[in-house]
Amino acid sequence: MATITVEGKEIEVDEEGYLVDLSTWFPAIATEMAKIDEVEMGDDHWDIINFLREYYEEYQIAPAVRVLTKAVAKKLGKEKGNSKYLYELFPYGPGKQACKFAGLPKPTGCV
Amino acid sequence: MSESIKKFMFVNTKAPYGTVYALESLEVVLISAAFDQDVSLVFCDDGVFQISNNQNTEASGMKNFSNAYKALGDYDINKLYVEKESLEERGLTLDNIMDLTYEDEDWAEKPSIKLVTRAELADLMDEQDVVISS
Repeated sequence: MATITVEGKEIEVDEEGYLVDLSTWFPAIATEMAKIDEVEMGDDHWDIINFLREYYEEYQIAPAVRVLTKAVAKKLGKEKGNSKYLYELFPYGPGKQACKFAGLPKPTGCV
Repeated sequence: MSESIKKFMFVNTKAPYGTVYALESLEVVLISAAFDQDVSLVFCDDGVFQISNNQNTEASGMKNFSNAYKALGDYDINKLYVEKESLEERGLTLDNIMDLTYEDEDWAEKPSIKLVTRAELADLMDEQDVVISS
């Protein structure tokens, strides 16, 4: 099993880098995963990550990117709820990459 | 493109917990939404319990995933047929069923649940290109 080291703790991840145990997440994990992917985390990234964690908390699923885009537009405004903006923040895909940083499973309905 | 859109109906007949059928079916439904098809869901027989209110899974040791049905509207899946006879046979009414909704283009909230009789359901099934039951 692969692991990443965050603040001295060994955190288990699967072969694609997603957390094995979602309950082990804490914010520094997102920062570390971002560093591995060469993404510099800013407030805009955190907005999306916090949004995803709330969505998962409520619906028990990680939303597909199409659904995420729509939901972000509704909550944070149209200038953030579009795929161009989200792909700029998360170049490997706002669904897949942001869910990974947020400690969620790979989104349901992402193909 | 319109000729490539098919009508898919997913028929849910089993209780939500104890087997993986309900959860697996839901995952297939959410994935199918990515392909822009005409998707509808049916809840009949014990399948009506999948979307019943106030589910408590503590004793079963399974994760309560019932809130995931509330996300169907976000996935543009808004035709959820509940069979009237199945509810009645189990002493249930629509009051026992979750209030599942979707938002139309103007973000107005609309109900996704439609109560249908067994006979109406048979007609609906007749219109489908694909019927998948679990």
